[in-house]
Amino acid sequence: MIAEFGLAALWLAAALSALQLLAGVLALMRPEQAAVTAGRRGHAPSVADPPETGPGPLVRPAAVLQAALCATAFAALLVLFARTDLSVSLVADNSHVAKPMLYKLTGTWGNHEGSMLLWVTVMALAGGLIAAVERRLPERTMLATLAAQAFVALGFYAFLLFSSNPFTRLSPAPPQGMGLNPLLQDVGLALHPPTLYAGYVGLSVAFSFAVGALVTRQVTPEFAKVMRPWVLGAWVFLTLGITAGSYWAYYELGWGGWWFWDPVENASLMPWLAATALLHSASVLAARDALRAWTIMLGVLAFSMSMLGTFLVRSGILTSVHAFAVDPQRGTFILALLLIYIGGALVLFALRAGTVSEGERFAPLSREGALVVNNVALSAILGIVLLGTLYPLLTEAFGVRVSVGPPYFNPVGAIFFLPMLVVLAVGPLLRWRGDSFKRVSRPVIMVAAVGLGVLLLVWLLTGIALLPLLGMALAAMVGVGSFLPLRGRSLLRLPLPVWGMVIAHFGVAVALFGMAADSAFQTERLVASRVGETIRVGPFAVELAAVSPTAGANWTAITADLQVRYDGGAPRSMAPQSRSFWAPQQEVSEVALLTRWNGQLYAVIGGEAPSEAAGETMGQSGTSRWQLRLWWKPFVTFIWYGGLLIALGGTLSLVGRVSEDLRRRTRRGLIAGRRAEALA
Amino acid sequence: MNSPRSRPALKPKHQRLVLVVLAVLALFGAGLLAAWGLRSQANYFYVPADMVADPPAPGQAVRLGGMVETGSIATLPDGITIRFVVGDGQERVPVTFAGIAPALFVEGSGVVAEGALLANGTFAATNLLAKHDENYMPRELEGMSTAQARTTVAETLE
Repeated sequence: MIAEFGLAALWLAAALSALQLLAGVLALMRPEQAAVTAGRRGHAPSVADPPETGPGPLVRPAAVLQAALCATAFAALLVLFARTDLSVSLVADNSHVAKPMLYKLTGTWGNHEGSMLLWVTVMALAGGLIAAVERRLPERTMLATLAAQAFVALGFYAFLLFSSNPFTRLSPAPPQGMGLNPLLQDVGLALHPPTLYAGYVGLSVAFSFAVGALVTRQVTPEFAKVMRPWVLGAWVFLTLGITAGSYWAYYELGWGGWWFWDPVENASLMPWLAATALLHSASVLAARDALRAWTIMLGVLAFSMSMLGTFLVRSGILTSVHAFAVDPQRGTFILALLLIYIGGALVLFALRAGTVSEGERFAPLSREGALVVNNVALSAILGIVLLGTLYPLLTEAFGVRVSVGPPYFNPVGAIFFLPMLVVLAVGPLLRWRGDSFKRVSRPVIMVAAVGLGVLLLVWLLTGIALLPLLGMALAAMVGVGSFLPLRGRSLLRLPLPVWGMVIAHFGVAVALFGMAADSAFQTERLVASRVGETIRVGPFAVELAAVSPTAGANWTAITADLQVRYDGGAPRSMAPQSRSFWAPQQEVSEVALLTRWNGQLYAVIGGEAPSEAAGETMGQSGTSRWQLRLWWKPFVTFIWYGGLLIALGGTLSLVGRVSEDLRRRTRRGLIAGRRAEALA
Repeated sequence: MNSPRSRPALKPKHQRLVLVVLAVLALFGAGLLAAWGLRSQANYFYVPADMVADPPAPGQAVRLGGMVETGSIATLPDGITIRFVVGDGQERVPVTFAGIAPALFVEGSGVVAEGALLANGTFAATNLLAKHDENYMPRELEGMSTAQARTTVAETLE
């Protein structure tokens, strides 16, 4: 029953999105009277608009109801997974009766259909939210925005219902279920995909706003102010999702790395790059009414990258172009959606961009100029990542198998990333519109001196490779530079968004320092060790105290007991495991981490090493040796602290913007009230 | 508040044009850089026949894909270095790997080894990628052409 209920809710939600689209389009085709009069009246016309008749008023309730129905469908799937209802094909394929409850629930989105349902649910919730609360834009722009949101959602509802139905029944029901990939049986799965999707799909709002503004030709600073908090919110989630995903891959895969330039990772990085550029250009549009067309373009681009990422991850094309050709239905479906939405938006942009009149001018040396550098650099990095991700797919279609990895991404990306950081360190000091070298020369010289000093010091003391060395120097420059906008200002009266900027920029410095330190100073030991032996790695002495068998709910394992001393201090325990799951059958290593303020010790146990050839181990035969892999990773944790700081900065900025807007709205309400009284 | 401290300004049309041209130039530069970077990556993936016929420069980071020959895996006395042979039905390349091999790395199955060719003709792997799936069935590579072997390896791995 619950499955049918969920499916019905999903169909209804799809129907409502069709209604929302239709009503929105019909309302937009009516004569533009309201908008014209509103335009003459200037800003904030929606407050005083006369109540509209016709299909227009249907749009907002449809969006809200659609969100509620879609959330209901998702809740139904959660219930099915919680009960392990094996008569539902998706549950039978991806769950198991003997799985812990948490992983039963998170298993809901640990598969293709469930994850697409989560995708659509986030999209519907985002649309419902703007329909419910956003009242600052001209009503026609809102109608166009919500119609665009419904148009995109409709395609993905169709995808879900026709080619990825999560509620399909299975008859007869199997007794147990296939189980969930053990790598996914982790708390990381509970947090990472929902956060990532909230950001990824939350960007659909920016896309719809951009389309709405293009349709009604209303690209104004007010528009940027309205769009900015929504982009900020999505961007904060995306930042958290990427940070959590990176940490999850780091401790779950057992390879000691935190970023692999894997296409799936790139799929989440590309929307983040576009959204970061969008945030910065939107602030130029909001503050100075410049970069109008460019901001709209980025709004389209950010969500286009999300959809492209969905295509890459969900079509099976990454496994192999051939696998894609064998079962092309899903992939072709998403590809068609991509072409319609991205192509349609770009055509609309090409038609309308010329009519978006030019914004205010600015001198090259100005806040705007610095932000343009930021935007161009971010776009260039986006292009480099995009080409590197798609290139193997292209060549494979022509029969040549190529892998593109860090040797491409790191140096080529750095060519644009490092100069961007230099501008980041000093850009926030510049004034809007135009500035002079003389006015900013002191802080610029100071930042440059810090950078050069760190560069020379680190180079002379350690002689590390070029990229980490530059990373260290730039981290120092950005770290110092990020706090300079606070100079001479009252810290208590500083607006929250400025604090947000300072903290997010400082987060970039912290993360960069972590990356540089980890790649330059990590030490690794790989040994086959007997119980009782001590291994030295970096400043640690690690004793293999015991190895014992362990068992869990759906796995058995060997667990090593490591006694670890840092610099001869008190011993601490670590217990890396090598687990054998039996549903499905797979071996997974559980990493043990020891976190200190200045880094992490990372320990993996492999298995029993084959016994040595006779004669080589005189007197010691009979004791088995265990494969151990240990890394000392100085300051690696700073990478994720930095990510969290960036997200915190975004959150502060968001809180500041929203509360400022609420205050303005109450004030405006008061004035309107007084005016009404006076008239009466 | 905004005193005209900027230089005699360009005409609006011109400023827009300059911005667009600069942005296009930068993006074009990024494209060229990417193309150059990718060109030097084009030989990143090798099967043994390619590696013997046209070996990569010693020390260059490449991937080697093929089948682990039956009976070829041996562990060295240090307990963590393994030695095995990767073949594609035509040529064979000896490989060494120090580390914890993935659970599905077994004789007779496919593998992609990341690493570099040494001057003595041995491939020193720093990472082994074996398919992380129990449903994987190794395919026969005997007697296949390089292109076929390449396709098969590509299909069965990752």
